[in-house]
Amino acid sequence: MNAPPIAASAVSFGNDPEANAGVVASTQGLCKAFDGALALNNLSVDIRAGLVTGLVGPDGAGKTTFLRILAGLVLRDAGTAQVLGHDPGKDVENLRDQLGYMPQKFGLYEDLTVSENLDLYADLKGLIGQERKTTFERLLQFTDLRRFTTRLAGNLSGGMKQKLGLACTLLGTPQLLLLDEPGVGVDPLSRRDLWQMVHNLVAEGRSVVWSTAYLDEAEACDRVILLNQGEVLFAGPPKDLHARVAGRVHLLKNAEQAPRVTLRMARRDPASMDGVVQGKKVRLIARQGAVLDPWQFGVDQSATLEATAPRFEDGFIDLLGGVTSAESALALSMPARSLDQTAVIETRGLTKKFGDFVAADSISISVRRGEVFGLLGPNGAGKSTTFKMLCGLLAPTAGEAEVAGVDLRRGRSAARQRLGYMAQKFSLYGHLSVGRNLEFFAGVYALSGEQKRKAIAQLVDIFEFAPYLNTAAGELPLGHKQRLALACAVLHGPEILFLDEPTSGVDPLTRREFWTHINGVVERGVTVLVTTHFMDEAEYCDRIALINRGKMVALGSPDELKARTANETNPDPTMEQAFIALVQEEP
Amino acid sequence: MKRSAVVRLYSLCKKETLQIVRDPSTLLITFLFPVVLLCVFGMGINLDSNVVRLGIVAHDTSPPARRLVETFRHNPSFEVIETARESELGDAVRAGRIQGFLVIRSDFSKRLVSPALTTPTLQIVTDGAEPNNANFVAAYAQGVIGAWSRQELARSGQPVPRTLTLETRSWFNPSSVSRNFLLPGSVTIIMTVVGALLTALVIAREWERGTMEALLAAGVTRYELILSKLIPYFVLGMLAFLVCVVMTHSVFDVPLRGSLWVLLLVGSAFLCSALGLGLLLSTVLRSQYNAAQAALNVAFLPALMLSGFVFEITSMPLPIRIVTSIIPARYFVSAMQTLFQAGDVWAVISRSLLGLTLASIGFIGLTLIKTRRHLA
Repeated sequence: MNAPPIAASAVSFGNDPEANAGVVASTQGLCKAFDGALALNNLSVDIRAGLVTGLVGPDGAGKTTFLRILAGLVLRDAGTAQVLGHDPGKDVENLRDQLGYMPQKFGLYEDLTVSENLDLYADLKGLIGQERKTTFERLLQFTDLRRFTTRLAGNLSGGMKQKLGLACTLLGTPQLLLLDEPGVGVDPLSRRDLWQMVHNLVAEGRSVVWSTAYLDEAEACDRVILLNQGEVLFAGPPKDLHARVAGRVHLLKNAEQAPRVTLRMARRDPASMDGVVQGKKVRLIARQGAVLDPWQFGVDQSATLEATAPRFEDGFIDLLGGVTSAESALALSMPARSLDQTAVIETRGLTKKFGDFVAADSISISVRRGEVFGLLGPNGAGKSTTFKMLCGLLAPTAGEAEVAGVDLRRGRSAARQRLGYMAQKFSLYGHLSVGRNLEFFAGVYALSGEQKRKAIAQLVDIFEFAPYLNTAAGELPLGHKQRLALACAVLHGPEILFLDEPTSGVDPLTRREFWTHINGVVERGVTVLVTTHFMDEAEYCDRIALINRGKMVALGSPDELKARTANETNPDPTMEQAFIALVQEEP
Repeated sequence: MKRSAVVRLYSLCKKETLQIVRDPSTLLITFLFPVVLLCVFGMGINLDSNVVRLGIVAHDTSPPARRLVETFRHNPSFEVIETARESELGDAVRAGRIQGFLVIRSDFSKRLVSPALTTPTLQIVTDGAEPNNANFVAAYAQGVIGAWSRQELARSGQPVPRTLTLETRSWFNPSSVSRNFLLPGSVTIIMTVVGALLTALVIAREWERGTMEALLAAGVTRYELILSKLIPYFVLGMLAFLVCVVMTHSVFDVPLRGSLWVLLLVGSAFLCSALGLGLLLSTVLRSQYNAAQAALNVAFLPALMLSGFVFEITSMPLPIRIVTSIIPARYFVSAMQTLFQAGDVWAVISRSLLGLTLASIGFIGLTLIKTRRHLA
């Protein structure tokens, strides 16, 4: 896509966005409850004209409810709301022409073509004649979808679907756009395109609200409203949040130990309030007024501490009061395996064809015991196919694969007993209680008697399920669902863990807890294979295989991949920039 | 209606039509299902027994008794197996070798000629485990006995005392071909499936795929929404109806005695009620799976069991008979069977039309009331 540079946003960043921007939407004391559970609690916010406002927060924070109330699709329980001079609860008819709302699962008809979808929404918005023609021209140009007008919307990639959704939302030239998680399920490349489109819209004078669970997207917004559990934690330009933690964010470099060991040691330091792995480095935030001294807690003397620029997530963590550090009890419960460097997953020329379409083309990888191995790639690149072949859910068309010493062509079910699998979507029995789910999965993995009872009791203890044992799994809060899914995957003490986007959409605290467990079990000799869109998760991996169009295009540690794409203009690329560069390298 | 509303409605109908055309399962259900079902009812299921294997025990060897046995023998509907012992025949019935047997008592001819004694008796034993078959055997046997009585009358000039109630008559289906009432009735099943099952899915599908949210955000009104679902499926349903009527009439030679326009009128009235029911379920349940299950239970099964299509309503217990009066399929079945077998009998047709119209208004009206413009 030959999109213009992102100058527009730079301009609005340059001027103080607060200074001359009017208010296009505002709420006072907004409340909404569903079945007694408070989704929005006393929300009072302003959305400024001519800016990109990020509505940021983990899943379940209330983002969608907030947008639906503004769009007049959900009625509020209390408080006031004004959108473009109208009350969305009463005057929704007059609002509709000026407002563009793009729901999370955008309402594309997958069995209609791109142009039929556009036609439908143009008719619904009453766009006719010459105006319709020029709008279509402009939008097809803008979204780069002209080549695909006769393709069924269902056959578009995730990124293209979102572009088409945005195009349909833009019909009828709305002044305010409410976009509900347009970045979900979209690979970094398409995400960048979407952001460019949004910045262009703002340059035309429109106002955009972009909701997201990816905290890194907040950085690209002019202003941010940070929601957590239905409440506003922060509202303002993202740099104001950075300011909170200025001077307290550090990178711990050059340690001899594995980064996950360094992290575990460094987090023993009471001066630290947060820590994550970032390639070979460890990112640490110091408590207000405290000085980090990781060496005192077992980190290599060779390691050096270096100040770095804060990110949005650092500020979020600080707002939440930091993360209490704890070692993974789960890891201690797992049998220790020797880290003998033997390959536990080995594939040679692994290939999967669906008809003529080669979904995975001759993938050869070797994963050592106790390694965190990441599979990354754009939507439809073949990473899920590869992942499913490795955990025995899909039979390969050609090639060999050995998992935990079992040849997948022969003993797929034998291999499955030795691995744990956690699906991206909630795949437990929603109507069964937490206890029943654990018992069921223990049964599936052929645990019985004392062994079963002990395994379950241990996990109930580790994940603190005791108060929820009789709660239906489907009714658990998101974070607990994810914990239960992980617990069910590790019940039988597997050698290999397959995690499919394990922390997608969860709040940063839960994500850290998850990675503490994952890092902990890896230190005990468990091998972890992760697929992810989340660049944060990629940073935790020892090595990453980047897959594009069915082929493996790069293999290496996060730092190696970043180094490969470093150049003069960008000497220190982020994981996301490296990803985009490597995928685009491909002819 | 504003011009923009017409454009929107047209556009929504076009969208619905494209979805129908591109979904092979919808087209299969609409066009292949009627053909298959009509073939099953037209050829496979036959409530007429062709040849009845009948045992006869004649304890009386007088000429009238012999003539009765011979009359059975010469009737093409019977294959007669004659034995001397009743017990053998009892076993044969139990083993399914014969479908029933006739007992001629030893005093049969004596009673026949001396009216002073009580009337002569013939006993017909049938296999009650298959009630349909049993009824046919009894009815056919009575027919044959009737024929024999007439022969005896012609022979001697003396009337034969009534041995059994012989008078059976088949009105409106003179040839007693069950296909002639089964096929018009089975059209009800087809129309219920096309009308209620297909539409039960369509609004729920919009909710499940998240397209409803986008439609609401685009300002679609509930009238536009419901009409855009009714119109394309009405056309589809009427096409399926025509396929059924044409096949019933020309392929299976079922006579159509009523007029075509009345048939179409009744068909559209029933279709509207079925579409309304499907849309109501879809609107209320918002899940394709639940709506399909519900449609099966409240539309399809009653249409099959309680419409009078398979089981006679008059032979149902009173509470069930009352329940049938609120089932639209019942009115349609009686109207269809009347139109095909008897003609434009307005007493029946007007009652059916009234029932179907009320049901349509009720279901569609409720759907409109239940269609909400808000997500929560």
